Amino acid sequence: MIPELGHFALILALCLAIVQGTLPLAGTALRNTSWMQIAVPAARWQFGCLALAFACLTYAFIDKDFSVLYVAQNSNSLLPVYYRISAVWGAHEGSLLLWVLILGGWTFAITHFSRSLPLAFTSRVLAVLGLVSVGFLLFMLLTSNPFERHFPAVERGDLNPLLQDFGLIVHPPMLYMGYVGLAVPFAFAIAALLEGRIDAAWTRWTRPWTIVAWVFLTLGIALGSWWAYYELGWGGWWFWDPVENASFMPWLLGTALLHSLAVTEQRSTFKAWTILLAIFGFSLSLLGTFLVRSGVLVSVHAFATDPTRGVFILGFLSIVIGGALLLYAWRAGGVSSTGRFELVSREMLLLLNNVLLVVVCAAILLGTLYPLLMDALGAGKISVGPPYFNRVFIPLMVPLALILGFGPLVHWKKDSLPSLVRRMHKTALIGIVLGVAFVLLAVGPASLGVTLAVILACWVMAGTLQTLKSRLSPQDLGGSLRRLSRGFVGMLLAHFGVGIFIIGVTLVSAFEKTEDVRMAPGDHYMLGDYRFEFRELNTVNGPNYEAKQATFEIVRNERRIATLYPEKRFYRSSNQPMTEAGINPGLFRDLYVSLGEPLDTDGSDAWAVHLTYKPFVRWIWLGPLLMGLGGLLAASDRRYFRRQPVPGTRPVTVRAKPAEGRS
Amino acid sequence: MMKLPIALPPCSGFILMLLLALNLAQPVYADAQPRSGSETLLEFEDAQTKDRYYSLLEQLRCLVCQNQSLADSDAGLAQDLRRKVHEMLQEGAGDREIIDFMVARYGDFVLYNPPLKTSTVLLWFGPFILAGLGILGLVIYLLRRNEQKAESLLSEERRRRAAELLNKSKT
Amino acid sequence: MSKTIIPLVIFIGLVILLAVGLSRDPRVVPSPLIGKSVPAFELPQLHDPQKTFGTDDLKGQVSLLNVWGSWCVSCRVEHPLLLQVAQQNLIPIYGLNYKDTREDAINWLDQLGDPYSAVAFDAAGEVGIDLGVYGAPETYIIDRNGMIAYKHIGPISGRDWREKFLPVIQQLKNVKS
Repeated sequence: MIPELGHFALILALCLAIVQGTLPLAGTALRNTSWMQIAVPAARWQFGCLALAFACLTYAFIDKDFSVLYVAQNSNSLLPVYYRISAVWGAHEGSLLLWVLILGGWTFAITHFSRSLPLAFTSRVLAVLGLVSVGFLLFMLLTSNPFERHFPAVERGDLNPLLQDFGLIVHPPMLYMGYVGLAVPFAFAIAALLEGRIDAAWTRWTRPWTIVAWVFLTLGIALGSWWAYYELGWGGWWFWDPVENASFMPWLLGTALLHSLAVTEQRSTFKAWTILLAIFGFSLSLLGTFLVRSGVLVSVHAFATDPTRGVFILGFLSIVIGGALLLYAWRAGGVSSTGRFELVSREMLLLLNNVLLVVVCAAILLGTLYPLLMDALGAGKISVGPPYFNRVFIPLMVPLALILGFGPLVHWKKDSLPSLVRRMHKTALIGIVLGVAFVLLAVGPASLGVTLAVILACWVMAGTLQTLKSRLSPQDLGGSLRRLSRGFVGMLLAHFGVGIFIIGVTLVSAFEKTEDVRMAPGDHYMLGDYRFEFRELNTVNGPNYEAKQATFEIVRNERRIATLYPEKRFYRSSNQPMTEAGINPGLFRDLYVSLGEPLDTDGSDAWAVHLTYKPFVRWIWLGPLLMGLGGLLAASDRRYFRRQPVPGTRPVTVRAKPAEGRS
Repeated sequence: MMKLPIALPPCSGFILMLLLALNLAQPVYADAQPRSGSETLLEFEDAQTKDRYYSLLEQLRCLVCQNQSLADSDAGLAQDLRRKVHEMLQEGAGDREIIDFMVARYGDFVLYNPPLKTSTVLLWFGPFILAGLGILGLVIYLLRRNEQKAESLLSEERRRRAAELLNKSKT
Repeated sequence: MSKTIIPLVIFIGLVILLAVGLSRDPRVVPSPLIGKSVPAFELPQLHDPQKTFGTDDLKGQVSLLNVWGSWCVSCRVEHPLLLQVAQQNLIPIYGLNYKDTREDAINWLDQLGDPYSAVAFDAAGEVGIDLGVYGAPETYIIDRNGMIAYKHIGPISGRDWREKFLPVIQQLKNVKS
């Protein structure tokens, strides 16, 4: 009964989405107010239906209803309840339902916050989001129905042991919030193109939504990296896997969009750029959906694939993005920008920043799709992996990091190079000195490349602090601190986070120590300063697994630092073994122990043990955490919540608009 | 999700024990994936050879896996190829030799570091060419834009002056 | 309009690429050994360890070399076809027993039938590596001179046999060495 209810709810949601996607849009063309007003209730009811469908699927999982094929394939009678819930989005059909639910959620949020927006604009935005939802719901109902029943109702599998983890509970929802969130600026951009204008008000509305979506995406990617680190058992945190790239590319464009919006808001320029970036950002989200589910690329993270599904998504992709770009080609000419700026100006640097971000995104796309390109052209099969991506990514990021250090201090419209040098040379020196000192104190003598990278990071951080200093007055420190806008402080935090991230990546890559050792209870091994003692080996029983658990004590300078319990688990349902690493986290280093294989051929309890020392690895996620916090702070800036419009703004075209007050 | 497309031998534990008995050292890289047999630990001549070993493993692809390197995978084939790499290193083979060995048998697909050939020139140089073009395009765009703005300003100014003169002539 | 249409054009190119991509299988690894000699090997035979089977035995006639194992599920799927081909006496089928145990392999053949004129026993998989084997089943068509003419990945279906194997075998048989 419940699955059928869920299925019905999805169909109802589809009908509502169709209404939401068509009538309001027609209403704006025909100036029919009642049609336009349908958008909000349609969107809200659609979200209600989606929530109901999702609840039904969740119930099926909690209730262990194995007559539902999806539940049977991804759950098991032995699976604990909290994993049964997260298993809802553990595979293709359910994660699609999550996608479309989150889309409904964002749409609902827009209906809630859109009271100060003109009706025509809101109608257009909601209609675009409705059409996207139609596409996904059709896809689900036609090819990937999570409520499909099968008989006999037996369990057919289990949630993959790797997914039976806290990471599955948080990473996909967070990531999808970001992916889907980029649909909001997309919809805003389409609405702007349809209206033929972008004014300061549009920018002011779009910016906070974009920032929040970006924050979710940032945190989602960071969570994924952290999860891979502790779950996959060898301490890797980024593999340039196609699916990872599929999440990173929208992030890069989202960052470019954020910065472009900042300029458009301040200087009324870059409007066509902003629109294009908004379109491309969401396009890459959709492309990511295609790559993960179509089987076109091989990836550890890919869902079970099916060519039919691939064709459908590709068709959907083409319509949505093709339509958007067609609209852009047709209407973007009319969205021109005013405002002059010189070669040495903040506008120019932000434009350069965006060009570099787009180039990096294009480079990652090139690398990810190149094997496909060569295969399609019959030129053979190649693989493109981390060696390529690192060699391309790092050199392209260097100029970006350089700009980050002084960009916020460059004047709008016009600045001079000599003046800049005068203002920044001390910071540069501080960056160099700090960088060298940091490296020597943190890890000891290092190669030139490592030192330069850390210097670059210190340059970024020093420049950010100098930006802060420039806004403070020494006479009224408290007052000037309080007067700093949240947007400004958010930016500082985020930029500072970039520096932290660079240091983490550089130091862990260059200085991590690994050993694979044969150890039996009673043995010990020295890794650097740390003494890893294998104390005992026990058998433990989990809710749905049996494990061999080792007890390791780590000692340094005669002091016991930590006790770790790495495990080798054997899940009863699938007989699949899985490693749980023992990690001692620290701000400046992680200690990592994992069990490899039993070496008990000689009758001893010996195991192959993998020991790792990872300096500054947590900084890799601390950086994005700061970026996320900065973003949240910026999005909560009070100027987005003011009722009055921003004074001194001029729309490009002037049109009578009864629904908004304008000064 | 961790599905291997082709079946792998579950009895390699026994085989490896056989080989252990025959004193062949086997490579190991303890990690978290579903395993198919035990491995023992490695001997290396020196730290440099060890680094070369791990570096090579990261460049070589596990062909039966869903996009993992030899370093990260524990599929049977990955174990065999790791053993091979280690063997060749012990025999004094150079990195180039080992890579050529793999490519001769499995093609370019086995390399995560795509070789530089005419067919991959676009891959390797594309991003940098794009970056250069982007920056160049940016500068040109800016200069032309400012020219246009200057022109429009000028015509605006001219119009203003004309209006002024007209006004003057009227009064 | 001229500049603003560029993104759309690029996008259309991308869609075409992805559409073509949908028809390809990204996991199939083409063999670089096509057109080259079978890498030299000599292995003990499965049934009679005293005898050997090697590259020399592959010369002189067009033959099939089938890589298999008792652990391999897909090998069972193609086995009936191999038995049929063996019965027809069209072409000798040699087996390479890959990463298996003697006992399991012999039992498997006893249970399911033995289409092989001879089976080489590659317990360690070393010869497999030299042949570029990355899983089972894999089948090679080898010409009179011991050169690899064709490699098939995965089980051989009836269709594969008719459309891919037979033409190559016929062609090779018509060529005099």
